[in-house]
Amino acid sequence: MTTTHLTRLLGATALGFGAVLATQAAAECDWKPERAVTYIVPWGAGGGTDANSRMLASLLSQEFGVPFNVVNRTGGNGVTGHSAIARAEPDGYTVGAVTVEINTMHWVGLTDLTHEDITPIALVDVVPAGFTVKADSEFGSVTEVLEYAKANPGELTASGTSQGGIWHLALAGLLNAEGMDPEAIRWIPSQGAGPAMQELMAGGVDVVTVAQSEAKTLIEQGELKGLGYMHTERMAALPDIPTTAEELPSGWTLAANITLSGPGGMDPEIACSYEKAALKVMDTQEWADFKASRGADVVLMGSEDLAALMVKNDQALGDTIKAIGMAK
Amino acid sequence: MTPDVFLTVLAPENLAIIAIATFYGCFVGAVPGLTATMAVALLVPFTFFLDPIPAISAIVATTTTAIFAGDISGTLLRIPGTPASAAYVDDAHRLSQEGHARTSLFVSLFTAAVGGVVGVLILMMIAPQLARIAISFSSFETFWLACLGLTCAIFVGGGTVPKSFASLCIGLAVASVGIDVAVGHPRYTFGVPDLLDGISFIPAMIGIFAFSEVLRTVQNLEKRKEAVTEITEKVGRALAGAFRIVVRFPGTLARSSVLGTLVGALPGAGADIAAWISYALARRFSKNPEKFGKGSYEGVAAGGSSNNAAIGGAWTPALVFGIPGDSVTAIAIGVLLLKGMTPGPRIFVDQPELTSALFGSFLVANIIMVPVGILAILASTYILKVPRAVMAPVILLFSLVGAFAIAGTVTAVWIVLALGLVGYLMEQNGIPLAPAILGIVLGKIIEDNFMISMIKAQGDFMGFFDRQYSLVLGILTLGLWGLLILRTIREMLRAGRKRKGVSR
Repeated sequence: MTTTHLTRLLGATALGFGAVLATQAAAECDWKPERAVTYIVPWGAGGGTDANSRMLASLLSQEFGVPFNVVNRTGGNGVTGHSAIARAEPDGYTVGAVTVEINTMHWVGLTDLTHEDITPIALVDVVPAGFTVKADSEFGSVTEVLEYAKANPGELTASGTSQGGIWHLALAGLLNAEGMDPEAIRWIPSQGAGPAMQELMAGGVDVVTVAQSEAKTLIEQGELKGLGYMHTERMAALPDIPTTAEELPSGWTLAANITLSGPGGMDPEIACSYEKAALKVMDTQEWADFKASRGADVVLMGSEDLAALMVKNDQALGDTIKAIGMAK
Repeated sequence: MTPDVFLTVLAPENLAIIAIATFYGCFVGAVPGLTATMAVALLVPFTFFLDPIPAISAIVATTTTAIFAGDISGTLLRIPGTPASAAYVDDAHRLSQEGHARTSLFVSLFTAAVGGVVGVLILMMIAPQLARIAISFSSFETFWLACLGLTCAIFVGGGTVPKSFASLCIGLAVASVGIDVAVGHPRYTFGVPDLLDGISFIPAMIGIFAFSEVLRTVQNLEKRKEAVTEITEKVGRALAGAFRIVVRFPGTLARSSVLGTLVGALPGAGADIAAWISYALARRFSKNPEKFGKGSYEGVAAGGSSNNAAIGGAWTPALVFGIPGDSVTAIAIGVLLLKGMTPGPRIFVDQPELTSALFGSFLVANIIMVPVGILAILASTYILKVPRAVMAPVILLFSLVGAFAIAGTVTAVWIVLALGLVGYLMEQNGIPLAPAILGIVLGKIIEDNFMISMIKAQGDFMGFFDRQYSLVLGILTLGLWGLLILRTIREMLRAGRKRKGVSR
């Protein structure tokens, strides 16, 4: 009789404890926005960052039950939008798509902003660069292009983004890693991946180093030829294109990334609520289908790992920028 | 078009979506400061829940109507909806002031529908071939094309050649603000981060046209006692009048629509350049060129048909190569990808139902646009009954809010005010406003493409004549410049002779 009482009592206490613990666990990371959230995208409508962010914004909007308004704050090679994200009130009503440029802009002297001025929440997309030529190009591999460029420095041209932009670093860093002059293939600045591919198709440049995912369609349909994927593993959708890691002695790779981040100094409670929600909606079939349609893989990386990745990227990209003499 | 697709496009739900999108596009387009791009961007979240064909139909219907609806604010308030409408905004607004607002707007509507339909028909026939040409445009060709557009601005301007040229230079000077693409150096930004990206054309357009108009109205209020001057004409008469006008210029319509589609397909600012070239050509071949810029229905018809035809054209490179020609098609490509459809050269073979659906929606949207547009015109022309003394501050409010909405910064409001003053002073001195807008729009395009071309050619000017298309465009542009210089010299000589005659 006493024993049963005791067990009952113990059981009740345990239950009570459990309940308390449960409420405490639920109390963490359950902040919810009560009005519309502004989602800042530092790049133009229609690009990869825009598409990923709009999709994520609409899923977050369903999750939280408030509208997420995507605003494209373009300009200044990404400075305008990134500043707008970093300097917003960290109250959870402004988030944004911080991209890899947060780790390059300050090295080339565009801004003082670094990854320490924002609060990383979750990784949205990893976008490895490609090495793409026109379908009727005489070149059959990255090595052939490099050899030609070594023999005729400055004759070949490449494009993909502005001077010092991420795809420029992909090319110049690759040349530098292979012990070549980063100017051996001249960089022609462009307004973005679309105009660069237009130039390539029109015969205005010889190579583009935009994201392979952006060139995927035109490669599949035989208009362009992919020579190298600047990643450690081949792209599932284009398995015939070798990676630069396997082909080049230096094993060079380069990927841009898109993140969901908040302004600097965001309340950890708000940040982890966003992290939880973002990781949840990115683990759905809807998101997987969206990713598959763009030939990309789903990546799930939370705040802590993302912060570490940013530190690592900042170092590596800084080294590249210094090596090619663009650091200011 | 296969019967299945025909049924999908004409299915009641799809028709309903097109109709809703048409109303929506009409509303967004008519509100000063809101653009077709914005309308489509706001539409994207809704397309997630739609099937592919309704999703495309919605986007197509929204853009088509939004571009036409830009003429409503252009005609009534002198705030053009797009740079493409800026070419003929003076004509349309003058007609409105003369009491023909409805007729002018109906002309805009009918010609927009005609242009839209012609554009689609051309696309259905030769989209792949047209895309081939568009895709072979490198920075050299784009440079010449933009130069050609600027040249047309001088021919178009209501004033003399030197005055139009002055206006153009003001526009180009404004365009030089911001980071330049080649070396990434900021110019004339005075440390204001918002100016890094340059002065965007929406606040500029609102300032130059609308705010300067407000200033002039305020100045004239005292002089003109009749507060309500512009009671517009009866609906029936306006419709009949507009119909007669449209029928009167079949040649202008055909030329503008075809040209709009072809030039619209080219990368860069295709649609804008298309409207200006069409307008300039219409003036060149018109029996009454002196009326252009001063209330010419023919000018409205030329520009109105051409910019709607260009929307269809802009889809060509997007659809055939997945390379968007403008921001609207860039968003549309994103939606297509989301729906598991990959634009590319094989899209006509692999997914004929998609391309037919797209063309079908274009046709249907252009037809539904007519009744919706008529309603919008009837509703909106009531603003004309509002006394000017009340209207002026409302326009000012709309201008400032619109500019703020598009850029999201207070800097845009200052741009409107500053450029409004500039516009006012220009008009006081007989300098036409329209060429300045084209200067702002094309200035950046010309500079970027010039710098990129020079980097490519390593400073060799002959690079601009090395390629097939660039050689043709270059010679055409230089030829026109030669003609212009001759015309200017003749004008100056004549003016000099006249002055001498008077002094005797």
